[in-house]
Amino acid sequence: MSQSQRSQSRNLLATGIFLVTAFAVTACAPPGGDAPAPEGSSGPVFGGGEPTCGEEDVVLNMYAETGFPLPIELADEFTRQYPNVTFETREDQFAVLTQNAPRVLRDSPPDLMRLPQMSELAEGGLLLDLDPYAEVFGWTQWPESQLEQLRVDEDGRRGDGPLYAMGLNFSMTGVFYNKELAAQIGMSEAPATLEEFDGYLKAAKDAGLTPMAQFNGGATGGLLFPLQGLMASYGETAPINDWIYQKPDATIDTPDNLAAAEHLQRWVDAGYFAPDINSMDYSQMMSRFIGGESVFIFSGDWESGNLDTQMPDNAGFFLVPPLEADGPQGAMSAPLTYGISAFAENPDCAAFFLDWVATNEEARTITVEVGGSHPMGPADAFMPEVAAGSVTEATLAAGDVINEKDGAMDFIANATGAIYAQSWTPNVQRLVAGEQDSAGLLSAVQSDYETEVAD
Amino acid sequence: MASPSQAAASARDVGAAAPTSRRRAAAPPTRGKRRLTATVAAYVLVLPAALFYIAFVISPIVRTAQYSLYEWDGISPATWAGLANYVQVFANPTLVGSILNSFELILYFSVVPVILGLFAANVIRGIATSRLATVARTVLFLPQVIPLVAAGIMWTWQLSTKGVVNQFLELVGLGAVARAWLGDTQTALPAVGVIGAWVQLGLCLLLLLAGMTKIDPALYEAARIDGAGPVREFFSITLPSVRQELAVCVTITVISALASFDIIYISTQGGPANSTLVPGLQIYYLAFFQRDIGTASALAMVLMVLVLLVVIPLQRVLRGRDA
Repeated sequence: MSQSQRSQSRNLLATGIFLVTAFAVTACAPPGGDAPAPEGSSGPVFGGGEPTCGEEDVVLNMYAETGFPLPIELADEFTRQYPNVTFETREDQFAVLTQNAPRVLRDSPPDLMRLPQMSELAEGGLLLDLDPYAEVFGWTQWPESQLEQLRVDEDGRRGDGPLYAMGLNFSMTGVFYNKELAAQIGMSEAPATLEEFDGYLKAAKDAGLTPMAQFNGGATGGLLFPLQGLMASYGETAPINDWIYQKPDATIDTPDNLAAAEHLQRWVDAGYFAPDINSMDYSQMMSRFIGGESVFIFSGDWESGNLDTQMPDNAGFFLVPPLEADGPQGAMSAPLTYGISAFAENPDCAAFFLDWVATNEEARTITVEVGGSHPMGPADAFMPEVAAGSVTEATLAAGDVINEKDGAMDFIANATGAIYAQSWTPNVQRLVAGEQDSAGLLSAVQSDYETEVAD
Repeated sequence: MASPSQAAASARDVGAAAPTSRRRAAAPPTRGKRRLTATVAAYVLVLPAALFYIAFVISPIVRTAQYSLYEWDGISPATWAGLANYVQVFANPTLVGSILNSFELILYFSVVPVILGLFAANVIRGIATSRLATVARTVLFLPQVIPLVAAGIMWTWQLSTKGVVNQFLELVGLGAVARAWLGDTQTALPAVGVIGAWVQLGLCLLLLLAGMTKIDPALYEAARIDGAGPVREFFSITLPSVRQELAVCVTITVISALASFDIIYISTQGGPANSTLVPGLQIYYLAFFQRDIGTASALAMVLMVLVLLVVIPLQRVLRGRDA
């Protein structure tokens, strides 16, 4: 055997030994479930009476979403009213929160955290069961529709089971319009029927304006906003919620939803959307709308405060109109979800803060003025005055309509972990590209849904 | 397979000649003992680097291989899945589509910049003495020093409906073809490819130019005396002389095509309608958004194997017998 051959076989042997050892070391134990739970409470700690923040100094650890000043303003006001409580706040983009949520909730458990899709987190035992607090604080007396989306049962299905999160407010989607541009096309008030809305869209197109700039690019399927609004005009919202909550045999592929999807396709085919929506992200849509480059956009009341500042007295809001005047209509309406880690250090104080946000007059005023959305809480609770003619006034009024018509729905993108990214988004983008039709859209999504729910 | 003499020759090529001769000179008296000490010393010197390599390169690969055999959300206890995740990688049209997209990207990330790089380097070599050569070199290399994220953002603006690209098209009377390049399912992948080609061109140019400056000018003089024109010179002298550099260029750019992530994440995030989805992005989505660590790891392993399957034969072909 020559020297080089010897060294070759030596190398082979060494590599072999190394690989075997490496596999032996790592392959014994399956991943996950091996880390010990961090120190901290594993549930509500109050004994008798209402939980409070007490008299001693408390530092609440909050993990919030970048770009939303509401939680910070609420925290500042809370510290003003309860000087023994200070906040240590960390902020990240929503995508980062989504990526890190399980690790953060377990390894550096925050007292309050803005949650992404929460059912897996609750199912994984990472979130505190808030039912005991709900009983003590009387959250159970609030309209059930506010808390329904925050309940997760033991199979990870939402809509039922223990309460695992609370909202700082609940937001709602609809159509914003530019009042100046609307006047140009003869629209002086919100359309009362879908047909009327179609007429305005055509008028805008004929006038050489962009009727709707809607984000739908990259990993964002923004056409779901108009689609779901149309679904609520064409049919009932309850079956849509059943589908989102994964109730047995639920389907999104219904005749009503098909009619809604066909309506959306007519808008696409008629060129009512900006031609480049498949490359437009959310912030581009907002900047175009604020810059007066689009008559309408579909978004949510979380923009109300922003629009009142950026285009004062020039923005209006209405819900996707019903088929016939005063007919059924609905909107996506979801709480701005905050939860408490199952391993949090100060769960009682965090729960007290969440209750304060919903019940304190000062806090409710901040929620409306800064957040632009409706506060959580009892139906007859205090509501602050808002400027007449502001878009915030319009969105709050629309919220009352949705309550009256019982038209609140969760977002169809939240049905399963992957349905938004893997199914809705590519399919609505194909609809724009002419590679998918409305019937194909619904059947493709339903088929993906069934595959995923079956797993 | 290389013969022992060839292996020794190539070892000398990479500069191993000096230690060999030292060892030979010191060998006779206590050959065995000294050799042992030298070996131990060598291992001790290598140890720190080896430990880091095992901890940060080998161990993650082995762990990824392990995770790929489990159904795991990253937190709760994992369940054994065997090869089910691999079956899913090859059965899911979206995942297969992402792999095919990455192969199409080779055309833009590798073939285009290598050919353009060769052409540009050859031109710059021809005008080496003029100031224009320096300017051209700097301008063409510039994309390399710009962070990929910045390049992605910049190109997103340029390729938008009102961006420079469409403005230019309108200026030259091609307004009819203007479109949202990154928002059209037909053009999004080539548009992302253009960004990649623009970034990679600088690296290829610099590497190939470095190779060309090493060529003995006498060769060109001789060729010219024999009546060779610029084309003949290029194919008979320049191209064979820069084979090593070409191999490096192709290897690096092919890997960056197959394992691409940043440019695509910034410019299209895989959309519209998955037309620019690549395995790198899909691994990220699977692992961090869908919390399906098992499938993400399986796809990562498949991607690694694919890269090796493409790059190793390429190395053999391009570097010829030296490899």
